Amino acid sequence: MEHAIKINNLHKKFGDIKAVNGIDFTVQKGEIFGFLGPNGAGKTTTARMITGVLNPDRGDIDLAGYNLHKNFVEARLRIGVVPEAANAYQELTALENIKFMARMYGLSGKDINEKAKELLKKLGLEDRMNDRVKGYSKGMTQRVILGMALINDPEILFLDEPTRGLDVQSTRIMHEIIQDLNEKGSTIFLTTHNIQEANQLCHRVAVINKGKIAAIDTPESLKDTFKDLQTVELCLKDGDYPLPEACEYISQATREGNKMRYYTGNPDRAVKELINKIEDRKIVGLNILEPDLEDVFVELTGGELTNEN
Amino acid sequence: MKISKLNLFARQLSAVSWKNIKIYYSESPVLIFGVLFPFCLFFAFALGRDLGFLELLPGLLGITFFFAGSAVGPFITPWETRTGTLERLMALPMPRWIMVIGDVLAGFFFSLFLGVIIILFARVFLGVKVISFTLLVLTTIIASLLFAGLGSAFAALPTDKPSNVMMLANSIRLPVIFISGIFVPLAELPFWGRILSYISPVTYAVEMLRAAYAGNNYLSPLVAGAILTGFMIVIIGGAVLFHRYTLTRRI
Repeated sequence: MEHAIKINNLHKKFGDIKAVNGIDFTVQKGEIFGFLGPNGAGKTTTARMITGVLNPDRGDIDLAGYNLHKNFVEARLRIGVVPEAANAYQELTALENIKFMARMYGLSGKDINEKAKELLKKLGLEDRMNDRVKGYSKGMTQRVILGMALINDPEILFLDEPTRGLDVQSTRIMHEIIQDLNEKGSTIFLTTHNIQEANQLCHRVAVINKGKIAAIDTPESLKDTFKDLQTVELCLKDGDYPLPEACEYISQATREGNKMRYYTGNPDRAVKELINKIEDRKIVGLNILEPDLEDVFVELTGGELTNEN
Repeated sequence: MKISKLNLFARQLSAVSWKNIKIYYSESPVLIFGVLFPFCLFFAFALGRDLGFLELLPGLLGITFFFAGSAVGPFITPWETRTGTLERLMALPMPRWIMVIGDVLAGFFFSLFLGVIIILFARVFLGVKVISFTLLVLTTIIASLLFAGLGSAFAALPTDKPSNVMMLANSIRLPVIFISGIFVPLAELPFWGRILSYISPVTYAVEMLRAAYAGNNYLSPLVAGAILTGFMIVIIGGAVLFHRYTLTRRI
């Protein structure tokens, strides 16, 4: 399978701080690739280097078969970027914003107007295309920003936190657009701290922590790798829960509202053990939960349940 | 999509300039420092003096090119840093110098526009005749480019506050105006004043304009033109280099 993005030994330091410390990964053509990490893990720095905004101290970046350093124009002509704190020009209309971006990608005059209008129609902005962006809602502005990144029909689309601050409706529209683009063949590189978004959209995810890749795989495989993170969720009427220290098959427990989550590698045994401890007290609810991507993320990035990697 | 790099860069340059013209010409700091300021300064100098308009015109044009040319640039990059549009520009398939030259061109056209209005007003309503039209055109172009480059060079200060850049710009522009011998011909300046005025590029622009209009220039237009062109190359080149150094520090 062909690579859309190939990253080799990427390094970036800010003063004495190693923001990115020897990252390697590849993204296949047609993939939605999630790039996850806690704040300050190096994900935005990595995204900025891959899109050519920042120069790496060391390392190679290939985009759509072009080395970003040696052929930066050819490489960047094939990508679309929605940066983290991106904005559209507030004093321009949506149509003007898109047409400006089209000219920046070298599109010729006769094609620009038609293509920009068509794109704005797809994004549901045709009725407001001649209004200045400063009168738009956050969700509408985000769609203009996405449109600005799509005008060149990019082979690879970089999205850095594309749904941050959006309401549920706008987030859903954005997700539909991303999936639609991917179905039409675009490779999507999605930087996010939203685990559910990554779980829902991405074919593969990489988790970055302290400037290094902590894990890279499909969400399902990652969850499978961390089977030990299975939980038994118990809700008792009297709220007097057995302590994890008293249970052989339970490693840890956390209180969540009126429920208790018990972490275990063997949920069947753990359930039996818990029922024995509870004896005849009233059980309101008992569920065995598979690890979700959030559990994996917390495990990898040094949350409460961490085992050293 | 097949497009030559030269064609692509030309389209990008025109797009960046167009964007700047559309967005920034109507911003109040640009109008205050680019239009209001030179005219107020001119009237402050000219009123009460027994000088004809022909003698004052090169000075008026000189400060117009100087302030109008350098009014747009200081606003653009800090503002785009603040609003989040700069990072997107930096991810586009264009060399960084296009961003800078696009900003310079916006300042250039602003200066050119105001300069042409004054030139036409002087010709049509006051009947001021030009001795050398070529010299007038050359001076207008070189001076507008040079001072637009200066405005862009100020904007290399890595800040997201346009007011910081405006403060820096004014702390340089105002002293430069006072040492440039704009309303007093160089020949009438004391020796030390003349030496001081040679530091300022505005001096050479005004000298060329005097040669173009009244012929009462002190310096040879060829020498003044060569020095002015030298200033233009150094300042625009400097603006590109400064921005290359500071752009990535802004994000």
